Amino acid sequence: MSAVVVADLTVHYGEVLALSAVDLRLEEGRVIGLLGTNGAGKSTLFNSVMGLVAPTRGRVEVLGGASSDARRRGLVAFVPQSERIDTDFPVSVRDVVAMGRYGRLGITRRLRAADRDAVESAIARVGLAELADRQIGELSGGQRKRAFVARGIAQDARLLLLDEPFAGVDVTSQALITQLLHELRDEGRTVLISTHDLAGVPALCDEVVLLHHRVVFHGDPASAMAPERLAHAFVGPDAPDAAHAPPAASAHPLDRSGEPA
Amino acid sequence: MIDLILEPLQYSFMTRALLVSLVAAVTCALLSVWLVQIGWSLMGDAVSHAVLPGVVIAYLIGWPFAIGAFVFGVGAVALIGGIQATTRIKADAAIGVVFTALFALGVVLISRTPSGVDLSHILFGNVLGTSAADLVQVLIIGAVTAAVLLLKRRDLTLFAFDPSHAHALGLSVRWLRALLLGLLALTVVTALQAVGIILVVAMLITPGATVVLLSRRFDRMLLLAVLITAVSAAVGVYASYHLDVATGGSIVLAQAAAFLLAFLFGPRGGMLVRLRGRRRARAATAPPSGAGPLPAGGASARLDGVAP
Repeated sequence: MSAVVVADLTVHYGEVLALSAVDLRLEEGRVIGLLGTNGAGKSTLFNSVMGLVAPTRGRVEVLGGASSDARRRGLVAFVPQSERIDTDFPVSVRDVVAMGRYGRLGITRRLRAADRDAVESAIARVGLAELADRQIGELSGGQRKRAFVARGIAQDARLLLLDEPFAGVDVTSQALITQLLHELRDEGRTVLISTHDLAGVPALCDEVVLLHHRVVFHGDPASAMAPERLAHAFVGPDAPDAAHAPPAASAHPLDRSGEPA
Repeated sequence: MIDLILEPLQYSFMTRALLVSLVAAVTCALLSVWLVQIGWSLMGDAVSHAVLPGVVIAYLIGWPFAIGAFVFGVGAVALIGGIQATTRIKADAAIGVVFTALFALGVVLISRTPSGVDLSHILFGNVLGTSAADLVQVLIIGAVTAAVLLLKRRDLTLFAFDPSHAHALGLSVRWLRALLLGLLALTVVTALQAVGIILVVAMLITPGATVVLLSRRFDRMLLLAVLITAVSAAVGVYASYHLDVATGGSIVLAQAAAFLLAFLFGPRGGMLVRLRGRRRARAATAPPSGAGPLPAGGASARLDGVAP
């Protein structure tokens, strides 16, 4: 069974075309990077998988069924972008991770012993056991990101969607998160990452989708990182020197080669 | 002292006033914690003003005022949502247009109503004139609202904190939003009798804002909000009896006084804590006068220790 199947997906926002006839098949047990500039349609594709936008044409299948079915069965977890998290909100790490269990609880969402065990083991697994009672604003960016991944683990999701997971995350945490996501993949889960930051992608992803309103490339990271392919996705196919010009300096993979992944 | 507390209670209108004020304050306090965390204070303001025509119409056709108020509260929310969904007008402007229009409709209706409806009672509350029937109404609505809030508190907190996760779990974000807004309309109804339309918004915002300065745990915030507002309501009612001042205003002032105390002395960002933190930072960075040298980096190390 494929984790995500997208067929002929076209999405408009009013007059603006966000996605044009996107065909994509993402297999289970892979870490997949969705790369493109801001406005290339990454969020739209994410939202389509989440069932948040109505397509103009085409369809999206998640884990063999409709997105709404997969979500209702608790198979889909979403890790929001750092800036979309209210860090002043009065919840602790444990509270956040416990929210992963809500789908399987009764109407008051009262946790049973088994749920509490699942929450504690998810917290331990991401290495936050000692910080479990901290309010989420009292964590570093990387720790906070791990708390949200732990929520997906407590949920026992098959498909994890992460939006810009490395924004505001230090290098050590980035390595920890990469390792964690690889472990989840080895358990057969699928990890879909949306990012415009190329750093960390080669170390993290098994395959890469370059998106520019349509699929520019879908394949292994090394081929995706070829300058002319990146130029196609990041500068756009219409740019005069697309084939020769490297994309924005910071986005060039060679600039990151000296850094530990 | 005992006399001061017991004396007013020999009048049944005072016991009714105290009960209504306590129920209204506690219901408002619970909801207020969510409203403040989501940033819906203005929505509370809007719904509380928008119920005015509902109260007047209910009076004219002889229905319980709660029904009229609820219908117009929900209607206001629907109108605001509709304007936002179909135009490019931002939320605050949509809210402002709708609630002032409905409030004005209420004012006009009252001006055409032969006697009977006392505008000042609706605007500023008439808790001392609470009838037995009013009391029953407020008790039932308050109890239902508080019970639903407490039973669904985890879902409501999830909605307030991360609606995208609620959606990912297959929960209906729209339904949770509607639930919270419906409870807002009901809560406004309970508080109308106690403090009136103008001051309801204080009951909906002040408790939630106060507890932000006292705790960083949601459940503890709910508990503190209830305790503080219950005490404030009682203090307000007694003060109004002994000092012969307006009850609604006196309850809201008592809540404001609680906020002031939290603002000055609260452990989570109160002024005293801030000042102490600043003084400590200054003492740590100041050059030692004649004494032994301060270890390099001592200031920053100490600051790291106290920073949240």
